[in-house]
Amino acid sequence: MREDAILIETKNLTKRYGKITAVAQLNLAVRRGEIFGLLGPNGAGKTTTILMILGLTEPTEGTVLVGGCDPTRNPLGVKRIVGYLPDNVGFYTDLTGRENLTYTASLNRIPGDVAKKRIGHLLQQVGLEKVADRKVREYSRGMRQRLGIADALIKNPRAVILDEPTLGIDPEGVQELLALIVRLSREEGLTVLISSHLLHQVQQICDRVGIFVNGRMIAQGPISTLGRQIAAGKPQEIELRAEPNNASLLATLQTLDGVLNVERQGETVLVRCRGPEDLRPQIARHLIQTGFSLFHLRARGQDLDYIYRKYFQGGGASAPDGL
Amino acid sequence: MRQTVSKLKEFLQIEAVKQAVGRAAKRLAGRNRASGGLQAVFQKELADNFSNVRFTIIFSLIAVAGISAAFAAAQNIREAAGGSGAEFVFLRLFTVSGGSLPSFVSFVSFLGPLIGLAIGFDAINGEHNKGTLSRVLAQPIYRDDVINGKFLAGLAVLSLAIFTLGLIVAGLGLFFTGVPPTTEEVVRLLMYLAVTVIYVGFWLSLSLLFSLLFRQATTSALAGIAVWLFFVIFAGMLVGIVADNLFPVTDQSTADQVLRHVRVKQGLARLSPTVLYDEVTVTLLNPGVRTLGPVMIQQVSGAIPGSLPVGQSLLLIWPQVTSLIAATLIIFALAYYFFMRQEIRAG
Repeated sequence: MREDAILIETKNLTKRYGKITAVAQLNLAVRRGEIFGLLGPNGAGKTTTILMILGLTEPTEGTVLVGGCDPTRNPLGVKRIVGYLPDNVGFYTDLTGRENLTYTASLNRIPGDVAKKRIGHLLQQVGLEKVADRKVREYSRGMRQRLGIADALIKNPRAVILDEPTLGIDPEGVQELLALIVRLSREEGLTVLISSHLLHQVQQICDRVGIFVNGRMIAQGPISTLGRQIAAGKPQEIELRAEPNNASLLATLQTLDGVLNVERQGETVLVRCRGPEDLRPQIARHLIQTGFSLFHLRARGQDLDYIYRKYFQGGGASAPDGL
Repeated sequence: MRQTVSKLKEFLQIEAVKQAVGRAAKRLAGRNRASGGLQAVFQKELADNFSNVRFTIIFSLIAVAGISAAFAAAQNIREAAGGSGAEFVFLRLFTVSGGSLPSFVSFVSFLGPLIGLAIGFDAINGEHNKGTLSRVLAQPIYRDDVINGKFLAGLAVLSLAIFTLGLIVAGLGLFFTGVPPTTEEVVRLLMYLAVTVIYVGFWLSLSLLFSLLFRQATTSALAGIAVWLFFVIFAGMLVGIVADNLFPVTDQSTADQVLRHVRVKQGLARLSPTVLYDEVTVTLLNPGVRTLGPVMIQQVSGAIPGSLPVGQSLLLIWPQVTSLIAATLIIFALAYYFFMRQEIRAG
């Protein structure tokens, strides 16, 4: 029963294109009913991983199991239970939204009357019922993405894989889309694997995320523990702002146990600690006892901003040091 | 006696082919039960092809050219028929060039490939660029259902187009000349149309292959047109030059040398599907054609001019027909191979 709870699992999954390794030794487990975020900068190997999970690309090494099916051996078995919204999803632009979905339904051998009902229901769920009979050519980017989600759900899948679903949509549309994904996942008990390079947008709806850089998974788990995983073993940095902001502030911080050095960075003060324990409670208590007013206290390297800056900005080309 | 034996052999071969086709169909049907993708793709592609503007344009062009050619031929048919007996007047409608217009068959031979190219040139790369291919392949269908469905739907549409055109022209001819066709003429005409389907099918599979090899639809269209121009126009000239250089013929050449020159030239020319198709056309629609190779004067002297029965004409062009089918299948097999190995990525 424990094993049954895992729907998508990869073991030492590796894909090489010639000398380039796109995915290296990936171990991933997505549990039934959860929303898992596969987050990483562009070119990290997310799409390659997804294609291997779906059996559209063969792994060089390692195995994938989706609901007990091996996509390399039995791609049809996997495709029957997994819906897929590809990166840059495309539709037949001279057909209507409804006709596009009907074609997908016929590829899934869903009988006509069942398909009709399900398509009507899905179009309503994604909020496209008013434009369902317009040609897809006239659809906006956001509408196409929502149509893509309906398309992925036609086969009544146990899991859906969404590749960069928020790309190219305005912020409001992104919020709507993410809310839709959460609602569908909760209502239908759907397992969702969502890939994105937009960390901030997507992490808010994920139960767990995996941070994927240069073909390697550098951290995996609930958002709250990720920073700790990444920062483990490194000196901790705490930034704070307190009044009065004078030389005695720095001096009094320096006297604390475990503090390596203190440094002023504009308005804020940066405290480097030996780690690994969190010094924030001691600092706060100490400052208040010595008559300072504390306005801001934050541990760097424990939150997503830190991860984002370190790996996602600037193309994420830098190798993850020490990990 | 020998004739009966060979007839029997022929019959047995046909039976064997029938059985093989039956078995293949059963297997296909059995697989269909497993996936059903082929049928879905076939229906979708069929509908697409009928509403395809490019296909409509090319088909209209050929229809206009073919019908006017047949019309011009009908005007001249009296004198043409008067010249060499009144036999097979109906078939002349297709082969005689009237006035300044070439004949119906030369129009079809020249422009027919364009139908195949128009249907197939963006079959795969078009879907790839639209981003629909990865979505379709993520559905529970076999991967080859997509390319098989596309090829079969293309074949169905062009068969329909070619037979429609042929029968329209036949009907018009009937109307203008007032000469009803004999059974043999009808059989020959239908065979001609069937071979035309195979010939255009060759171009369809070629354009499918190009749509896999090139990511841009324009590139694959141009590649298809380049091959078409090469075979229709340049191949003949090139073959002449090669043969002239290998076995030069002068006034002093012996009959042997001349014969070798002609054989090399013909052998090379037959590498082109267009040449094969033209030979088939000539033989099927001109019952008077008895041989396609070089003929010595001694061989002809004393021969009584007459026409071949359908079976004998068919026997004469059987190698050409099988070569055309083989060429179509080989090109399609290549396309199939590349499609199954292609990396699927959107965008």
